[in-house]
Amino acid sequence: MSVVLEARGLGKRYRSNWALRDCDIELPSGRVIALVGPNGAGKTTFLRLATGLLRPTTGTVTVLGAEATADSAEAHAQVGFVAQDHPLYKRFSVADLLRMGRELNRTWDQDWAVRRITALDIPLTRRAGELSGGQQSQVALALALAKRPRLLVLDEPLASLDPLARREFMQTLMSAVAEPMSGDEELTVLLSSHNVADLERVCDHLVIITDGRVQLAGDIEDLLAEHRVLSGPNTGVLDHADSAHGDSTIHATRGDRQVHVVVRNGGTQVMPGWESHPIGLEELVLAYLSRSKVGDEPVRRPEVEEVRS
Amino acid sequence: MFAFRLDTAAGVPPYLQLVQQVRQAVLLGYLGEGDQLPLIREVVEQLAINPNTVSKAYRQLEQEGLATPRPGVGTFVTGSTGATVSPATYSALRKRLDRWLRDAHAAGLADEEVSALVSVARRELAQEGVA
Repeated sequence: MSVVLEARGLGKRYRSNWALRDCDIELPSGRVIALVGPNGAGKTTFLRLATGLLRPTTGTVTVLGAEATADSAEAHAQVGFVAQDHPLYKRFSVADLLRMGRELNRTWDQDWAVRRITALDIPLTRRAGELSGGQQSQVALALALAKRPRLLVLDEPLASLDPLARREFMQTLMSAVAEPMSGDEELTVLLSSHNVADLERVCDHLVIITDGRVQLAGDIEDLLAEHRVLSGPNTGVLDHADSAHGDSTIHATRGDRQVHVVVRNGGTQVMPGWESHPIGLEELVLAYLSRSKVGDEPVRRPEVEEVRS
Repeated sequence: MFAFRLDTAAGVPPYLQLVQQVRQAVLLGYLGEGDQLPLIREVVEQLAINPNTVSKAYRQLEQEGLATPRPGVGTFVTGSTGATVSPATYSALRKRLDRWLRDAHAAGLADEEVSALVSVARRELAQEGVA
């Protein structure tokens, strides 16, 4: 597996508040990676550290072999970033924005950018502020892609878009992933979202962050295969995790009589009276998000093994 | 051109949905030997889906002998899913299924209940290692 981004002991503190801590993670190249977590979990902080827009309080983050810091032009040339709400200079025309991109970037594919904008029926003379939200997002994406990055980072790209604009945005993004790059280079996309349904068809790698900590990371297919939902009688004692199966309980949903438990690395064998089902992506994500909440479930911190390397 | 669709609520991995749609189209005669499957980037464009998912589906179809890539051209349908089952067996099975479904409806089972019954039976058979 070739690695596009590597974080070691990465942490960021604002005053006394840790937005992200003890983050050790490797992200594989050529994938579409989803960064999922509730608002305020540390997603934006992680993305800003990855793009060198923030300086870490602890640890390091290495992108494409170079440490991501604000003054590393080498790293910047290879990373594209679209911030939340895809901000553009509202008074600039689309042509102005393209010219700015050409002037400010070492690598820039003007032909590609113009073709892209034209294909979207966006007039080059139109001011950014006069475009619809969907069009603005498309322009921001085209600007980020025109510099031919090897890593494209998107912070909540879909949050402010209507369903049709979301689809169009994802079509552009996925086409860019499918497009061959020069040499054997491949585009990696890292995008954050709190909406799992949006991600199911586009992402193949998942990172879950809650409370400033990485809870789970891995290929979606592997993660789905490693987890099961066990359903059985609610005897009050539980847990299936405490049973002889050695399962690791992620989260339990209790009804009056029945209980559903999400487990990791559970065998196919289950206790008598229990049923084992495969898990879906949304259910998996919800289990990890719910488990970190303070509630009737014991709060477990991730163990080293849960941060895959 | 063959058109794929994707049901995100189906609980079936997207790549498997693509594989199943090709299999089914071959079974139903919508796709035949020599027909070209859409290019990966065409599927990506159409469904707004991860290209890795499409290549994975096509690789699986190749492994099953259902499709063959021609480098620089595309992927083509070869062989058929029915290769291991003779048309006579296929139609005999179909007839028994029709009879069973009629019985089920006559007994007052709704479509949902029929599906549930089939799912349960399949799951139990799978647990016995039959299917």
